[in-house]
Amino acid sequence: MSTLVLDSVSRWFGNVVAVNDVSLTISPGVTGLLGPNGAGKTTLMALMTGFLAPSAGTVLLDGKPVWRHTEAYRQIGLVPERELSFGYLTGRQFVRANADLHGLTDPGAATERILGVVDMVEPAGRNLDTYSKGMRQRVKIAAALVHAPALLLLDEPFNGVDPRQRMHLMDLLRRLGDEGRTVLFSSHILEEVERLARHIEVVVSGRHAASGDFGAIRRLMTDRPVQYAVTSSDDRALATVLIAQPSVRAVRLRPDSGLDVEVDDLGSFAVGLPQWARAHGLTLLDLSPSDESLESVFAYLVNR
Amino acid sequence: MNATIVRLAAQALLGRRRFWLLLALPVLLVALTVLIAVLTDREAAWPLLPGLGYPIVLPLVAVLAASSVLGPEVDDGSIVYLLSKPISRHGVALSKWVVAWAATLVAGALPLFVSALIAGGGDRAPAIGLAAAVAGTTYSALFLAVSALTRHAVIVSLLFVLIWEGLLGNLLSGVAWLSVAQWGLRIGYEVSAALPDPTNLVWAVLASVVVTVGGVWLAGDRLRSFSLRGED
Repeated sequence: MSTLVLDSVSRWFGNVVAVNDVSLTISPGVTGLLGPNGAGKTTLMALMTGFLAPSAGTVLLDGKPVWRHTEAYRQIGLVPERELSFGYLTGRQFVRANADLHGLTDPGAATERILGVVDMVEPAGRNLDTYSKGMRQRVKIAAALVHAPALLLLDEPFNGVDPRQRMHLMDLLRRLGDEGRTVLFSSHILEEVERLARHIEVVVSGRHAASGDFGAIRRLMTDRPVQYAVTSSDDRALATVLIAQPSVRAVRLRPDSGLDVEVDDLGSFAVGLPQWARAHGLTLLDLSPSDESLESVFAYLVNR
Repeated sequence: MNATIVRLAAQALLGRRRFWLLLALPVLLVALTVLIAVLTDREAAWPLLPGLGYPIVLPLVAVLAASSVLGPEVDDGSIVYLLSKPISRHGVALSKWVVAWAATLVAGALPLFVSALIAGGGDRAPAIGLAAAVAGTTYSALFLAVSALTRHAVIVSLLFVLIWEGLLGNLLSGVAWLSVAQWGLRIGYEVSAALPDPTNLVWAVLASVVVTVGGVWLAGDRLRSFSLRGED
């Protein structure tokens, strides 16, 4: 059982602040690190694995700093986003080299065991550059797990992996979490994180935007005001109807045609809108969410 | 030192296209020596060694070897697989250097010695062989450090060899005091007085040792501070 603690960690590169005063604790079980691309997830991962010195603050694994502390790697398994460039090795040779480098007592047995865990025994005799993306990802995970680390960090592990392999990987990570290991993975896809992690840390623009179990984060995200664009047979008439509803916070006429509507309570708005329109003899021509992108969800969390 | 890293570095060196270039240089040198020796006489081939083999082929082989064992892995970040292990970073650097050093001796110093024998070197052959072994050792450590310090390792190393040692070394005799090639020659001079005598022996030995040890140590120190930068 290992716990990773970041205390007021900042990291800047020249004038650019990549990570801004982040404090968080990663405990045993599966934790998702969620944020849009460029939010600083990779920088955070590098800080957590001793591949970057914090400009301020401390990163401690079980009470000891990870920067310039090679012994810490006995506890850490790292799956970087970068591709493997050891194409001239077979999967088995690559995993075995990792086992050897860790100085395991029986590296051969550990290699075979972990290849079995990630279901790569059969293709392990082939060269890495013949593998599919999902297979390479599984071999990278095998290499990171071969020494049975208490802490496993994965940077965007599902990127480019096909759905079936993704399910397989998720099952594997879930199992590792249930075994009591500390598993942290980063992702920019909400659904991915939701399916796998109980606990979620959200980072946006280098800042720690939210932290908690998934239900709480999801509620934060769905309770936020949502923007819709509505077009109807009579926009001004519809606007007067809408502004009277408690679920609607704001209505604005668009310059060409249609309305921008800001909705507080998505549920009652969705149920009410057709009824209100019918009651006033209005025809709805078009209804579309105008800010469903993940970035706007994150932006909301940050400004909250 | 770590046997696994030595093995991986050797595989990386042998597996790259650059290796064939590295091999082609000494093969060309020996072939050229044989050709001249056969067409004219053996003595006529000797100028190839102080003119081409020692100042060009040897450092080029060292540059290619040293930059192949470390540079690409640092560039593409896959060195994290070696560094995320409970192994001293100086051990990683030392293991990498051993491979580059062995390659420089086999593909650099040895062919020079063979060419010298063909060119009827007499006691000049072991002298230039020793000089090449010493300079190859120092070069490989120096260029390893350069590979750990900059992404433009090959260019920086070539500039050192061609501009500093080659061009300026010929114009200003004082450069010999800060020239890996000249230190090697001075040590070779102990075997045969036919070699030039550019600096003093104690300085040549000391400087070679300091640069070799210092280069490997510096490479290890840079690896201790290796930072993983994301795309974002």
